[in-house]
Amino acid sequence: MPFLKTATIKQTALCATFFAALVLTTVAAAERVFVSNEKDNTVSVIDGETLEVVETINVGRRPRAMAFSNDGSELFVAVGDDEAIDMIDLETLKVVRSLASGEDPEVIRVDPNQPYIYVSNEDDNIVSVLDYQKRRRVTQIPVGVEPEGLGVSPDGKWLIATSETSNMAHIIDLESMEAVYHRLVGARPRHVEFTEDGSKAWVSAEIAGKVAIIDMQDTFDVIHSIDFEMQGVPKEAVQAVGMQLTSDGRYAFVALGPSNRVAVVDQQSYEVLDYLLVGQRVWHLALNADESRLFTTNGVSGDVTVIDVEGDAGDFEAIRSIPVGRFPWGAIVEP
Amino acid sequence: MNLAAYGHCLRGVVGRELLRFLHQRSRFVAALVRPLVWLFVFAAGFRMALGVAMTEPYQTYVLYEVYIVPGLMGMIQLFNGMQSSLSMVYDREMGSMRVLLVSPFPRGYLLMCKLLAGTLVSILQVYVFLAIAYAYGVQVPLLGYVLVLPALIVTGFLVGALGMLLSSAVHQLENFAGIMNFVIFPMFFLSSALYPLWRLQEGSELIYRIALFNPFTHAVEMIRFALYEQLNSEATLIVLATTLVLLWLAMIAYNPAKGMMTRRGGPSGE
Repeated sequence: MPFLKTATIKQTALCATFFAALVLTTVAAAERVFVSNEKDNTVSVIDGETLEVVETINVGRRPRAMAFSNDGSELFVAVGDDEAIDMIDLETLKVVRSLASGEDPEVIRVDPNQPYIYVSNEDDNIVSVLDYQKRRRVTQIPVGVEPEGLGVSPDGKWLIATSETSNMAHIIDLESMEAVYHRLVGARPRHVEFTEDGSKAWVSAEIAGKVAIIDMQDTFDVIHSIDFEMQGVPKEAVQAVGMQLTSDGRYAFVALGPSNRVAVVDQQSYEVLDYLLVGQRVWHLALNADESRLFTTNGVSGDVTVIDVEGDAGDFEAIRSIPVGRFPWGAIVEP
Repeated sequence: MNLAAYGHCLRGVVGRELLRFLHQRSRFVAALVRPLVWLFVFAAGFRMALGVAMTEPYQTYVLYEVYIVPGLMGMIQLFNGMQSSLSMVYDREMGSMRVLLVSPFPRGYLLMCKLLAGTLVSILQVYVFLAIAYAYGVQVPLLGYVLVLPALIVTGFLVGALGMLLSSAVHQLENFAGIMNFVIFPMFFLSSALYPLWRLQEGSELIYRIALFNPFTHAVEMIRFALYEQLNSEATLIVLATTLVLLWLAMIAYNPAKGMMTRRGGPSGE
């Protein structure tokens, strides 16, 4: 009977939609945000859906930067005072092993093509290259005084290390493992991010309160500098630190430290579109997988602000602040 | 008297109040300028100095101008309530109060009509203020604009009843300055209108206690929560209870047999 058939098809379709929605919800709920708490020696785990802390993992002393292994099974945490990289199993959420990193590791990055972790060793003026599978040091690359920020190009060809005291971005060829270009940027460069196509690198400078854009195709020179000015906010409170760039090439987000604001920047025109209020001394940022939400670590207020960044810049707004541990430093969202 | 007569009386009192408000353009402008100056000048100037607030019902940090909007809404209603009390003193001096009070309707009903009229005028001002604040960029959830209406009605009655009580004690227009100094300013500044309670507590435990005791604090919090689609039941209960007590006292004050009007040679004693 045609009617019955139609009804059955409708029911089946409804069931399928329901289960698809259920699966999608489950998948969405599975997104986890990891936040390193520098003073608590812990990593807080936030459920990306409910926006609540669901787990707190004990790690080594002074956890700061984090990165995922290429297969997505482990989370690496640089624990500065232990001079090591703690490796957290993402199934059990326990530290399963630790890898010696050299002195005072602060920022770490993982090579997209090889099982390498790049570590900035601030006190030794080097970038260490560690093989996390073979658990050995591959090499070390001399850079400027007090290396800090690191960024790897999406194709794995280039590594940029910034040195806090030399105020330079050192562009390292990852084939030869040598710094081939050195470029002056603003005072105390902190963080490096590449655009999705790898054609440009953004380097933030904390004391200068600026972001330098480096051309990574031809000249490897600084081609633009972004300034941040907010009405009613003292200039010295504007300190550019963490950054995130959307993969569609539209927006960049820059954490502005003690000004308690995150700047929204047009990735193409470099125009600052908006400043969003977050917690106190915003340090690093993390976009979630579909880039609909931005998580900010607010060091002094000890919380993470969640910003809805779906749609156009005018619609972006902070929706929640979630208390975590003391002095949250970095955040990373499970891919 | 039937229901229609009561309705006619209500229309008369409310209509007169609304007409008076609309015809007094300077009053309308003054009522708006006051909170807008706070919003545009004070909030902008103190944005950094006073820091940012992270307190319920806000889910995250808010700009100072966002924080003070509910307090400024309360301020509009507070000034309007006092303005109504001023108009009652004026009515008494001019004799129109006598016309009202000699009508055959129960005195309680007449006073309630008067309160409702004042409240409606204040709500009108609040919504115009909210519209300007919206254009300025202070926007709340859309449903909040509807849900805040009951909170505004209750607050209107609270400050209206307070004003009515005070008007029974003030027998000359000149004394209104005293009300400004001793009622409006302390109620406004010693509340959560301009700063969150935790910040007051940081500064002084005594001021924090006084602010907790101040019914205007709870009215502002009731408005603030309603604007963000939440019910602050504690604040609402405190405001309702205080309103009832003030209403009861105002009724007594305006009762010719027991109230202060007799002693002061008010309308019934004239």
